[in-house]
Amino acid sequence: MRIYLDHNATTPPSDAVVQRMTATLRDEFGNPSSVHHFGQRAKAIIDEARSAVAGLIGADPGDVVFTGGGTEGDNLAIRGIAEALEPTGRKHLIASAIEHEAVLNTLKALARRGWKTTLLPVNETGIVSPDTLRLAITDDTALVSVMHANNEIGTVQPIPELAAIARERRALFHTDAVQSAGKIPTDVKTLGVDLLSISAHKFYGPKGVGALWIRRGVRLQPPLTGGKQERSRRAGTENVAGIAGMGVAAREAIAKMDSESGRLAALRDRLEDGILRSVTGTALNGVRSPRVPNTTNISFDRTEAESLLIALDLEGVAVSTGSACSSGTLEPSHVLKAMGFPPHRTQNSLRFSLGAGNTETEIDRVIAVLPGIVEKLRNLTRTPVRA
Amino acid sequence: MRIVVAMSGGVDSSVAAALLTEQGHDVIGLSMQLYSQDKGHFGSCCTLDDLNDARRVASTLGFPHYILNLEERFQETVISNFVHEYASGRTPLPCAHCNSDVKFSTLLERARGFGSESVATGHYACIERTPVGRWLLKRSVDRGKDQSYFLFSLTQEQLAGAVFPVGSLSKPAVRAEAHRLGLAVADKPDSQEICFVPDGDYAAFVARRSGDVRGGAIVDDQGRTLAAHEGVHRFTIGQRKGLGIATGIPLYVVKIDAESGDVTVGPRSALERTTLTASDVNWVSVDAPSGWLPASAQIRHRHRAAAGRVRALDDHRAEFEFDDPQSAVTPGQAVVFYDEDVVVGGGWIE
Repeated sequence: MRIYLDHNATTPPSDAVVQRMTATLRDEFGNPSSVHHFGQRAKAIIDEARSAVAGLIGADPGDVVFTGGGTEGDNLAIRGIAEALEPTGRKHLIASAIEHEAVLNTLKALARRGWKTTLLPVNETGIVSPDTLRLAITDDTALVSVMHANNEIGTVQPIPELAAIARERRALFHTDAVQSAGKIPTDVKTLGVDLLSISAHKFYGPKGVGALWIRRGVRLQPPLTGGKQERSRRAGTENVAGIAGMGVAAREAIAKMDSESGRLAALRDRLEDGILRSVTGTALNGVRSPRVPNTTNISFDRTEAESLLIALDLEGVAVSTGSACSSGTLEPSHVLKAMGFPPHRTQNSLRFSLGAGNTETEIDRVIAVLPGIVEKLRNLTRTPVRA
Repeated sequence: MRIVVAMSGGVDSSVAAALLTEQGHDVIGLSMQLYSQDKGHFGSCCTLDDLNDARRVASTLGFPHYILNLEERFQETVISNFVHEYASGRTPLPCAHCNSDVKFSTLLERARGFGSESVATGHYACIERTPVGRWLLKRSVDRGKDQSYFLFSLTQEQLAGAVFPVGSLSKPAVRAEAHRLGLAVADKPDSQEICFVPDGDYAAFVARRSGDVRGGAIVDDQGRTLAAHEGVHRFTIGQRKGLGIATGIPLYVVKIDAESGDVTVGPRSALERTTLTASDVNWVSVDAPSGWLPASAQIRHRHRAAAGRVRALDDHRAEFEFDDPQSAVTPGQAVVFYDEDVVVGGGWIE
């Protein structure tokens, strides 16, 4: 039996998504830009999916741009706004220190090209305090980007307060909602943001498709140049089957959110309490609330996450740490580092992220095998370095 | 039996893994990331390719594969020793340190955590157990590929946890196996040089890593200065090229004194030695012999072991006397004592 507890990395596409995508690939091959019958049918599929996705985030369908995924959405938002506002002299960008690499490395790239950037610190619970933004923001700030929910620890940021601060200073606000959309209510109006990016494969849709919501009237300069698709904001022939799949996934997420979030929170708490109780030297990273219902991140004293992850996989339990580098080895979590944790904790932590397929039996099995695995790893002799 | 295979992405460890899989073992592939892949200061793109090769082989053969980050351990043991040795006027042998201090220590430890009591590698060497339970290390069947020289420092406990599935095969047979199994690495060239210095410029590597690199003089056997040089780490015993001096007869480095910075050069005959001493000696097939024991000694990778006799000294040292003088006995390299194919023991040339 394999137990998948890595839903923040990706989720299995639902049956309905696979069915819809298969049918679309097979039957609807038209190019949505084409004038003829085939093009019109493909265009209709995209329009329908756009409404569904807009529904997931409380938006007007006309303001939703389909992208090639979360990373592309973040790039389109940040680079697009930075470029568009460059002539106004606003060349300052702000993000939190615990953003996904899609945001952090985009800021780094822009910093090399002359933009000033500021990373907002977080406290030990992983939350960006509105005061830090008040201190960092200036009249030159073009864009503030703070993620809605963190991928590693699940903590939910006070986006409405942060966005309000940006609005006062006439800066735009982007949120990477990749880890919240489909898990908790993610409504562009309640959040008060100007741009919001999401990714289909985090809520049982396909990989390689996402969306960026852009508030009506906000102008951006897309980094990708080409045709006039997506109202000239995302050039290139649309991934019609992927978009159709995302639409189905969005509708399912809306329908199931209430019941599923309660079920997952109960399972997650069962797992979390079980581990903290049955394994010595463990601690929760982050806060219990506000947090997305499916995620917990736990540190294990004297146990390298790298070994623990492999040992768990050999037992059929799939989990992860924060991020992996290009070779696939694990790196100390930049999120836990930003929370002020020492190296032994940033390297000794695992993320468990639950999802649709998980059951109580699975969670109980994990709680049953984990203490033995941790104990075994802790008891290995460490060879000292020779003089 | 569950067994961890250390996979470099080369043909030897790939075939080792394949053979164990065919024998019905529950194989787990582990590759070691030993130095930074992202920062690029080693120009290490090839190594990322190697890791991907290992992953592809594992996927072809159908066993799990993971990459362990052992950068810190590798830095603490192999790289720091490499830099220190060169800066001390000696010529290091990092592969031997990697075997005893990384592969068959840290990696073996990790393997135990994953339920495997041994680590298999693609080394060309053989391991045997005597009736009284002593582990023997022997030369591989393919003499040209033999790597027992690099494995002399494995302790009995480490040998007990080591498996060399290709040690009894020739290199052509290994490549043939790889072809038979359809492995993508079947025709991959053998790795050359030292993995963490892919451009082969050891001197520049040591200079970057060592805070203590200063110049000195190239002198003759009379102590007369012939030229200036930029650091003792640029020289090895027996070296002829790159001395920057033109004389009638070929001159070789015969002595390196890191203290004074003097690099002494002389004619080829000045390189010859009939005895050597070694430190940190590991006795493999026998307990430390108090009296003289006939043996042959190999003093570098591509050296034909030369006959003589060996005896143990105090403090884990040993002394070897050659029957015939040997050229370029190089401090920092390993000396490995053999009885025919069997490794008697070995140590570091002083």
